[in-house]
Parts: sequence; C-alpha cells; structure tokens
Amino acid sequence: MAYVSVKGGEKAITHAHQWLAEDRRGDPGVHELEVAQVREQLSLAVDRVMSEGSCYDRDLAALAVKQARGDLPEAIFLLRAYRTTLPRFGASLPVETEAMAVRRRVSAAFKDIPGGQVLGPTFDYTHRLLDFALAAEGGAPPEPAPQAEEPQAYPMPNIASVFRHEDLLEHDVRTDEAPEPYDLTRQPMKFPADRDQRLQALARGDEGFLLSLAYSSQRGWGSTHPLCGEIRMGEVAVEYVPDELGFAIEIGEVTLTECTMLSGFAGSAERPPQYTRGYGLTFGHCERKAMSMAIVDRALRHREVGEQADAPVQDEEFVLYHSDNVEASGFVQHLKLPHYVDFQADLQLIRRLRKEHFERRAALKEAAE
Amino acid sequence: MNAIPGRIAPAPLLSVEGLTKWYGHVLGCRDVAFDLRPGEVLGIVGESGSGKTTLLNCISGKLTPTAGEVRFDTRRFGLTDIYGLSEPDRRRMQREEWGFVHQNPRDGLRMRVSGGANVAEPLMNLGARHYGQMRQSTIDWLDRVELDTRRIDDKPRNFSGGMQQRIQVARNLIHGPRLVFMDEPTGGLDVSVQARLLDLLRELVRDLGLAVIIVTHDMAVARLMADRLMVMKGGEVVETGLTDQVLDDPQHPYTQLLVSSVLQI
Amino acid sequence: MSTPVPALANAPERYYNYAYLDEQTKRMIRRSILKALAIPGYQVPFGSREMPVPYGWGTGGIQLTAAIIGPDDVYKCIDQGADDTTNAVSIRRFFANVADVATTEDTGEATIIQTRHRIPEKPLKQGQVLVYQVPQPEPLRGLEARETETRAMHAYEEYGLQYVSLYENISAYGRIAATAGYPVMVEERYLMSPSPIPKFDNPKMAQNEAVMLFGAGREKRIYAVPPFTRVRSLDFEDYPFETQTWEETCALCGAEDSYLDEVILDDAGDKMFVCSDSHHCAERRAAGHVGPMAGHALDQDAALKEPAE
Ligand SMILES: Nc1ncnc2c1ncn2[C@@H]1O[C@H](COP(=O)(O)OP(=O)(O)OP(=O)(O)O)[C@@H](O)[C@H]1O
Ligand SMILES: [Mg+2]
Ligand SMILES: [Zn+2]
Repeated sequence: MAYVSVKGGEKAITHAHQWLAEDRRGDPGVHELEVAQVREQLSLAVDRVMSEGSCYDRDLAALAVKQARGDLPEAIFLLRAYRTTLPRFGASLPVETEAMAVRRRVSAAFKDIPGGQVLGPTFDYTHRLLDFALAAEGGAPPEPAPQAEEPQAYPMPNIASVFRHEDLLEHDVRTDEAPEPYDLTRQPMKFPADRDQRLQALARGDEGFLLSLAYSSQRGWGSTHPLCGEIRMGEVAVEYVPDELGFAIEIGEVTLTECTMLSGFAGSAERPPQYTRGYGLTFGHCERKAMSMAIVDRALRHREVGEQADAPVQDEEFVLYHSDNVEASGFVQHLKLPHYVDFQADLQLIRRLRKEHFERRAALKEAAE
Repeated sequence: MNAIPGRIAPAPLLSVEGLTKWYGHVLGCRDVAFDLRPGEVLGIVGESGSGKTTLLNCISGKLTPTAGEVRFDTRRFGLTDIYGLSEPDRRRMQREEWGFVHQNPRDGLRMRVSGGANVAEPLMNLGARHYGQMRQSTIDWLDRVELDTRRIDDKPRNFSGGMQQRIQVARNLIHGPRLVFMDEPTGGLDVSVQARLLDLLRELVRDLGLAVIIVTHDMAVARLMADRLMVMKGGEVVETGLTDQVLDDPQHPYTQLLVSSVLQI
Repeated sequence: MSTPVPALANAPERYYNYAYLDEQTKRMIRRSILKALAIPGYQVPFGSREMPVPYGWGTGGIQLTAAIIGPDDVYKCIDQGADDTTNAVSIRRFFANVADVATTEDTGEATIIQTRHRIPEKPLKQGQVLVYQVPQPEPLRGLEARETETRAMHAYEEYGLQYVSLYENISAYGRIAATAGYPVMVEERYLMSPSPIPKFDNPKMAQNEAVMLFGAGREKRIYAVPPFTRVRSLDFEDYPFETQTWEETCALCGAEDSYLDEVILDDAGDKMFVCSDSHHCAERRAAGHVGPMAGHALDQDAALKEPAE
C-alpha cells in the first residue's frame, strides 16, 4: 500500500541497510575485497576520492571506495563527512613542488626543458585494447621498469624558470605575510571570489564537471587558448611549524599532481603583453582533473586581464556554485524524499484549473450552439 | 514646453559639470557641462565612438564618472549630486523619478515576463498593490503607445522589434518620471517603423511635459525630437545650441560635416 | 544514510563530540542564530559543515538542532507533518544517538521540533523552538539566479520582481498560484521563504510564540523569526492571500481544519484524505473524534504510540 511505503519507519530502514550490506559483499563465493587491494590496485580511484574529499589518507579513501561499492562521489562524501569532524592543529607551510621527487613531468611548450621530460607511469601512448592477460589472474607481478641512465635533476626546475630571465611569464606572488587563505570548509561562498577561494573550490570540484567546462572552453565557449606548460606528479614533503618549536619539521609526504597552463595575454594599459597562468593541483595522480582545473582557473581570471566574459566557464557564480559533487548529488537526490505535502497543494490547484478550463470550454460551446 | 528666450529660465532639473570619464587611458568623454530645465528635450549627437553612450550612462547613474558632478533636483533632497547619495537613495530616486529607454529592448525589458507585467512593474516597484488598478493603467498605456491591448499577456519575444520598443516606452513612462533617458530609441528599427515611433514619442513627451536626454547619431531624429543639441566629437562637446540653429547654421566644422553628410544622403 | 554513527558514538569513548558537531562549530552557529534573530528574515551566511547526511536531506536543520540541543531537551522530528516518515525517523535516531536526548511525537511535549515541509497543527508555545529544514533559502532564486543580484535586492529592499511574479500568476491563472513555499514579508522589511511548507501553514508563522529557526546547509544560510513577529504573506489588495481548504474531512479523525494528505487506496481511483500531521490526528482519535473511515487499516497503523526509542 502506498501509505506504508512512504511511512516506512524504523524497520524498513534497518532492513534496507542490511540489504545494502549484502549487495556490497556480492557473491560470498568470491573473495572479499581487501581495503589494501583497493589502496594498491585501484589507486587512481583512491586518488580522486582523496582529492575531491579534501583529505589525504590512502587507507580511509580506500575504505570509502569499498564501503561505497565503487561509487566515487559516494566515497568522496563519506570521506568529507569524516574529515569535517577532525580537530585542526594548524596549517602546514606551502609545499614546494620544485622540490618534488618527480615521477612524471612533461611539458608541451618546449621540446626540451631544464630537467627534461619524464614520461612516468601514464596511460598516454598505451593502446586502449582490453588486456585479457589481466583477466587471467594469479600471474607473477610485472617486471620492474628499468632505471633511467642518468639521475634526475633535483630540484626539478618548474616551467617558470624557463621564462625567468625574459619576464615573459607572470610571476608567482609570494608574500611572507600572506593572509590566511580562504577556507570553504569553514566559510560560505562569497562573491566576487578571490583566487584562493576559487582554487579551493576547483580543487574540491567534481572532475567530470570541470572536465566538461574546460572542454567547452577549448571548443570556443570562452577560450583562453591554453598551452600545457607543465604537468608534474610525484612526492613532496609537508612541513609544519609547531608553536612549541618555532621551526619547521617535516610531518609527512604526499603525492601531488600539478599542472600549469599558459595563455597569451595581449597586455593592457598597466600590464605588458605576457603569458599568464592557469593553475591546477590535486592530491595523488589526477592528471585529467589537474589540467581541467588549470584551464578553468585561467578562464575565471578574466577580470584581472580584462577579457570579455560571456561563456559559462567564465561565470564565477555558475562555476563555483555548481562544481561540488557532494552538494550537487545531495540536492538532486533529495528529490527522492517525500514531497507529498507540496504535491497535494499542487494537485489541488491543477484540479481547480482543469475544472475551470472545461467550464470555459463548455460555455464557449454553448454560446456557439 | 520649450525654453523660451527672453523669459527667466526656471531652476534647472539637472545640472552637469566637468563630467569626465576615462576607460584606462581611453577617453570616454571629457569636461562636459550643461543644464537641463524641466520639460526640455536635449539631443546628444555625434559619430560612432564620440562618447554619447558614455556620457548618457554617466549622467543616468549607470557608470561612475572619473570626475565631475551630476546634480539632479530630487523630490526628497532637492538639487543633489547623485553620486553623493547613498546607493539605496540613488536607486530609489532612479526608480521614482527617472526612466531609461535602451536602444535594444532586450536590455530594457524582462524577456521572460509578459508585456503587461513589464509595463506594470514600475508601479509595483513604487508600492502599488492593487492588481485591478495596475491592470487598468497598463491597458491605458498599451493603448497610448498604440499596441493591441488584447495582447497584454504575450511575452515580449512574441512582439516585433517596434512593438517591443513601444512596450519599453510604456514601461518607462507609466510611473510618471520627470526625466527620461533614451539611447538611440529608434536605432534598431526600419525607417517606416522608426517614423511612427518617433511621432508617438514626440507627442508623449510634449503631452507629459517630460524632460528628455536623447542620444542619436541620426540628425533627422535629432531635429524631430530635440529642443537643444549637443554635438560630440572625440569625447568632447564641440557645439551646443538650439536644434534649429545648430542644424541650419552649424558653426563648428565638424558639425557642418555632420549636417552636410545627412543632406547628401 | 541513517545510521552513519558507529555504536561507539554513545559509549564513554565516543568517536564524535556531543551532538556530533565540535564546540567551536556550535559556537559559530549559535552566533549566526543570534544574528538571525536580531535581524528577522535576513539570511545570515554561515560556515555550514559537511554532515553525515546528504545535502538537501536536512543538513541545515540538523546543524541548528545540534548547536542548540542539550540533554534536557525533548526532541521531535517530522517530515511532511508525520513522525514516521523515513527521513524523520533517520534524523530522530541520529540525535537520540549522538545527543542522548529524549524523543517524542507529542508536539506539546517537545522542546525542539525539527520539521520539513510542515508546521504542526497544534499551536506552539513560548519556550519551544521550531527548526525548519530549508532547501533554498532565497525566495527570489526562482526569479533571479544570481546570488550577487538577489543580495542587492534584499539590501535595497527592491522586491518589485516578486510582485511581478504574483501579477503574472493572476494574469495567467486568475489567482496567485503559489501553493507551497509562498513568500512572506517579515516585520515589513525582509522578504523570506517560509521553506516549502504549504501556504496553509503560513498564517501560523505570524505572531508565533515559539522561536522559529531556518537552516539551509547546502546554501550555507541561517535565518530566523523571533517570537511575536509580524509575518505577512504577499498578496494584492484585490487578490488577498488565502489558504487551501478541502471539501473532505480527515477520514480517520474527522478533522475539518487540518491539512490533509491524499491517500490512494487502489488503482480504481479510490482515495481517502487523512491529516498530514500524524500526531494531531492520533491525539484527536484518542480524544474520541471519529472520521468517516475510522477503523480503517491505517487507523491502527498510525495510532498514538509511545516514543519509538
Ligand atoms: N567599456 C569600455 N571600455 C573601454 N573603452 C570604452 C568602453 N566603452 C566605450 N569605450 C570607448 O569610449 C569611447 C566612446 O564610446 P561610446 O560608446 O560612448 O560612443 P558612442 O558615441 O555611444 O558610439 P556609438 O554611436 O557607436 O554607440 C570610444 O572610444 C569607445 O571605444
Ligand atoms: Mg552608443
Ligand atoms: Zn485526522
């Protein structure tokens, strides 16, 4: 009966959750997935969950992926809901990506750049043929990849270094007394948004949404003619200055993907013609996301460089308000909750309007006859 | 209600002084000064890029000038620099005492709302809360701008360009403003439609005793509508005077060129 | 999504703070509440937290409750007027779990009532707090998508656009067609969304004795109507505000003046109408009121019962 299904109550909830657990486990004849397996072998899923979940913890992210049955936005939500309850001890120092232990580093701007191109573990240039050898499980682990002949440059200079002596690229702004960056997990959106707020929103933003926006921009909806200055991925140290010590200590290491997109800028009254940058940064290895983020970041900087803004990707309110998949998913799916009080009100109105419609029609007909 | 020479001029409704607007290092307009009396129609003419729109936007409070003052004889505060008013006060004054007819009706109408509601909105903005009375005055105004009143509930997109412009005119006059700004109000229309709309505008302005500042690059429009003309070139006013004087006996070489080029067409 | 809190939550070594949120966050929310009460109807931006229930499922209301609840409170939670709708059950369980609080279905007994889409039929009293879950706090959002624009409209008290929409309604339907989430004017200053309650409930907001708090978690806004505040539903002089009425009475308790839900009985078009406020209906039946279908299976189902927990 309809009445019972909407007023399901306690029992229905408990039973539904039992069923969910059963489905999550799947066929008990198949080995249970271990969190460690997710962490090691579905590592890009783990990376995405950490990135958009704003929480760097491979084990928790793997657990979330397992618990969410592989539904990544659901896993991101789980990790976020956990993160928000954690106490805060303070903020780390900004990480130095130039000091990254690089596993991958490519630039599309120059054939050779200081530090060289490092292809690293990438899907690029693989042929996307299903590998049936992987289906035959239990084989020996793959041979380790051979070592490079020469040791890598360290620190690995970033793309800005190429331009440094010519001033062709806008500078990093580094101030010692930088104000605390905006924190969207503690403050609501504010408009117009500064770049720190925008970058945080983009870093937490849904990969699919940012990918589509970046793509739309490339196709001419607010194009910034981006050029991939550099992508790098690898490990960086995280440093923190405890109040008791007063100097920085290393508290751990994180894997990051960083992307710098270059866009030409014709100059204005105040600024000379120069390359400007779009910036993308993610936890783990999320290259597609980092590139999309960099393109969208640059598109949103139209005010600074006096570009006309008429494409969706340039609309700060549109982009920032709709990029968070935890917000979006919750609100879209809240339509599943009962709405029968408002629906009843609506039904009443539409019945009344229908009645009036037929009365009018009948009156017209009578008049005609 | 033309300004009649020889009589003592009434106090100005609007008084502009030293009005200058720079866009970075591009000049919009420079050092413009004039007075406008109640009921007077001032035409701003000049070639494309001469600064007409810039000047109009600065005067009408849409664009903050780099320097200069725009004083308006407000009902609440008397003659006041509009940029000295608080933003709520300025917006209220604009709602109550001004109208603005855009060149493109899309900029001046709510395209998702019926023509009738577009016309009635200024009344609601000023606190009218009687549907029937608003409906009636909307119908009266649609009639005045020669629109079929049976189409009151149609959306603007279902009207032709000329009809949309009439809706915009009605929307900007219904609340009884004292000063109306018009930026190329007939600019986007073809010649025959233009002529009818101009006639209508002229009658309305005369009947209502409205003060108007109208921007146009069309000398015919200027002659028909304006009591007085201001000729702009490169952001500056190069000549000003009674319309007939300026057009029949232009002093500045640029005005002469402007007038003769019209005559040649 | 209803029991994300592990069993340990209630144990001495609980994983989470009392009422889930940490004390700093509660303090921030309480400050926002005070500001909201000081400026009735004004939407106060606040640092909404991620909650263990999805956005759109009551995160705003839950944060408000979490910020004001204490062990002595008696908590009631309804959705669509009923205590036994799934999401209401889920949220009530959550607070029973994390705040060690007594729960009730009795409107009169509750100190905090959290609601989605209804105001209880029984008039609220001084000392009670009604917490609304709000999906979209901005009454003008349907007419103007940009927050930067709508904030300016509130600041300058420029509400012509809202009246334009009512005007259009009358032109199109011969009446103001808004049925739920019908906009109100608070203390003749701020236009406010009453949340998606049916307009039937709007008059209950005016001069209400209880504190009314509104929380929108996803949109990160809190607003409030303090006790004894003027709340006026928008209308025109010649099209005055009016509420819904039914030709039917409640099939179970015979109520003539309560908001009714339509219950489909079969696929032949048979239906019955029952009170949307389940506790109100049960209380009336307990007092001996009888409706035309009293004794129907639903009657047992929804009878007055002890709190579930
Ligand atoms: N937003 C802007 N930014 C920079 N320069 C501008 C801007 N708007 C106008 N200008 C410049 O200011 C000058 C005056 O422009 P304005 O639009 O006022 O001319 P106009 O007389 O209205 O021209 P038209 O008849 O073509 O409408 C021009 O040189 C124009 O390029
Ligand atoms: Mg112009
Ligand atoms: Zn009942």
